[in-house]
Formats: sequence, structure tokens, C-alpha cells
Amino acid sequence: MSGERTAGGGPAVGEGAVSEGVVGEGGVGGVAVDDFYGRLKAFEGRTAAVGGEGKDPVNEPMIRHWCEAMGDANPAYPAIAPPTMLQVWTMGGLSGHPAGSARSEAYDELLALLDGAGCTSVVATDCEQEYVRPLRPGDRVTFDAVIESVSPRKTTKLGEGHFVTTRMDVRAGGDLVGRHRFRILKYAPARRATTAKGAKRPRPVINRDNAGFWAGVAEHRLLIQRCTGCGALRFPWLPGCGACGCQEWETVEASGAGTVFSYVVMHHPPFPAFDPPYAVGLIELAEGVRMISNITGVRYDEVRIGMPVELEFLRVDADLELPVFRGVVA
Amino acid sequence: MTARVGEELPTLRILITRTLIVSGAIASRDYQDVHHDAEAAKAKGSPDIFMNILTTNGLVGRYITDHFGPRARLRKVAIRLGAPNYPGDEMVLTGQVTAVAADGVAEISVTGRNALGKHVTGKVTVCLPPDRPQHVPRPGSDGEAR
Repeated sequence: MSGERTAGGGPAVGEGAVSEGVVGEGGVGGVAVDDFYGRLKAFEGRTAAVGGEGKDPVNEPMIRHWCEAMGDANPAYPAIAPPTMLQVWTMGGLSGHPAGSARSEAYDELLALLDGAGCTSVVATDCEQEYVRPLRPGDRVTFDAVIESVSPRKTTKLGEGHFVTTRMDVRAGGDLVGRHRFRILKYAPARRATTAKGAKRPRPVINRDNAGFWAGVAEHRLLIQRCTGCGALRFPWLPGCGACGCQEWETVEASGAGTVFSYVVMHHPPFPAFDPPYAVGLIELAEGVRMISNITGVRYDEVRIGMPVELEFLRVDADLELPVFRGVVA
Repeated sequence: MTARVGEELPTLRILITRTLIVSGAIASRDYQDVHHDAEAAKAKGSPDIFMNILTTNGLVGRYITDHFGPRARLRKVAIRLGAPNYPGDEMVLTGQVTAVAADGVAEISVTGRNALGKHVTGKVTVCLPPDRPQHVPRPGSDGEAR
């Protein structure tokens, strides 16, 4: 394996995109249940790289470039290389390793098999390095790698795919100087499907309890329920009063004025027909009730608590209109 | 200064500039376009270029040796990535000593948070120089060996 292939290409988005995003797994039944996973599993233990040679010996200029990039002023360098550069000495760089020089066919075959199954994107998820002794300028690095494991199909926030773990032994002068375990996720991006052109906003579920609200929206009126028993206003629409339990109500039309009571900015995950980042506001209407809605007219990062907003109706598509709130910048 | 279990390392704040992302990728010989070409990154579904794992690894290593000094030797760095480091963000590295062995080998758990959440979580094993106290000092002792 050469690192440049696996060093983090492909989209990576959002909190815990991978590490916390594994919410389920398929193909747990193994070979008998899932023939494709059986074919992947057969790669475990096979060689990922043999007889690989570092393109350059460990050298001071590359160490200095690294230290400058990292802002690392450790005076131990460049007499020794920063240990975390271990993988760097094995990388193929812009032109890659010479054809057939290091990577084994097994690793290419495995990646091709995953590509063929739609897992065309790759992201690096884990890196575990052990350092046996420091590398010094002049050391010539060689490396061998093995495919340690291939996971069953996992569902992550990035999409469905398989984790591939390789273990590389790095040597200098024949002696083991470090061991590098690297995990990538080869996955089919979920984002592409969810942001497909023509994706529509979710439809409201209209039922007996809220039909009056949506009838109001159709007339460009934002209607709030008012309990006829105790006079309490309530939103969202409910069959009974939360204050007194009375089930009789009437409606009051909101003036349309309000303020941002609170808000969040959505970055991830992306949903169909939404284009992150965007602000989701909790709007306090002048009448005193609060509702969740979009904030329009101001950038997501210019929304502020207390910002005055005004009701407007947004034509989302031919079948859907929604009450939203336009920010009023002072 | 002592290395004792529970000790919190001072935080290190790293501005995630384009320059850092690109220079880190190139210094690690990682020419994946998503680490230097914003247009290519967008075409692949990422909002912008993002830091490569080798740079994160290097910054975690620096965080430990910045604190423990040039004579500390990294033995093991194991990291897991979460939310990407995009340009314009800031990563705040925090660390806590989770174990100190009699031979001066300490384990530090490290977390790097950015505006999106946890960019990196990991564990670093470091061999401390012999002039650092290698045992947990008794409460009340000043614990200074220098």
C-alpha cells in the first residue's frame, strides 16, 4: 500500500462523520449469507505492499518543510525526523511509486472490487503508529504491508461502505523502525443521492388536529390557537389546552412580527432539498408563542438572538407554501 | 512540572488556514486534490479543502512534545478522525495524562475540537526524559525534580 492512495480523498463532512456515525452493519452473517463480503474477507491476510522503497532517504529538507508546516520548533529535529513523519517516507508523492514497484495486486483488486460495488469514495479514518527507533537523515526506508481486515458493510453518515485496515512495517537497514496501521472507509457517498436535483422538501402531515393551520397558510394567514376556556394561546396546534385541558378553541391571526428567540445552524447531515449551511430559527411571535421556521434574507452566520423578523410565505414548489421569517437587519 | 495521572495539558489552539492545510499535505507528500484544490473538493461533495490525516497526526505529535520537551520520545500515536478541519476553523487540542508507568512511559488522551465537533480523538504513548518524576508524587510533596 502506498499512502497517497489512502490519505484522505473523497468527501468528509460533519461531526463524527465516521467514528461516531457507524449506526448499523450489514452482512454480519458472513460468507454464507453475503457472498460479496465473503469475497472481500478473502483479502484479509494478503499482501498490500511488498518490497516498497521510500522515494528519498530520510532527509533534512523534508523534515524542515514538515516542521515549518506543523509549526513544530522542537530542537530535536532535524537531527532525528519527527516520529509522526513515519508514513511520509513511504508516500509516492505526485508521481506515485514506479509501476509495480511496491503495491501488490491484491490491494488494487480489493479497491477495484469495492469501486465496482459503488464504494468509489475513500476517506482515512484511523492512523495508529508505533515507533521502534527514531529515523535519522540518511536512513533508507523500506516497507511491507498486509491487508489486516475488511469490515462488513457499515452504514455511516458519509454513506455505506467497508472499512479496510492495513498494517505496514517500516524498516531502515533491515531493522524494524516503526509500524503503521491505517484504516480507510471505502464508501458509496450518501450525499449525492440526497442532494439529487429535483429533491423536494418534506410534505406536512395534515390531520384533523392541524388542518386549520394549513388552511390558514393557504390564505397567507398564520393562525394561532386560543383556548376558549382560559384564553391561553398555543402553538403548534394541539387538540387540547396545555394550561387548562379545555378542548374548545378559536384562532387568532398572528400579526407577523416576531424575534429570533434562538437558532441553530445546520451543517450536517444534508437533507434532500436543503442546502447547508442554513439557520433554523425558533421564532417568538409578537403574540408570545414560539414556532420553528426558516430565517430568510440574512446569511446563516448573521442570524442573532433577538433579531426582529417578519412573517412571509415562501413558495417552495408548485404544491407547497410555507410560513418563514425574514430577518430585519437594523 | 509533573506527569501525573489526571494532569491536564495546556490547550493548543491551531488556526486552520488554507496555508496550513496545503503546506501540511505537501510536506507529507499527499497530493490528493481534496487537500489543495477547492474546486476539486467541491466536485467531490466536500464544501472546501480539508486537512489530511498526516497533518493531524503531526499536530498531535507536536502538541505532546511541545509540552513534554525535546527529550520526550513519542512511542505511539493512535488517532481517529471525525469532523473535518476546513479552512477558517480553529482546532483546540486538549490532553490529559491517563497513565504513568514506573519506567517513565506516559499515556495521554488527546482531543482536537473544531466548530463542527471532534476532529480528532487519540492516544499518545510518550517516553518522558529521566529528569521528570516518573511516579505519582505524594500529595503535599512539591513533585519537582529539577
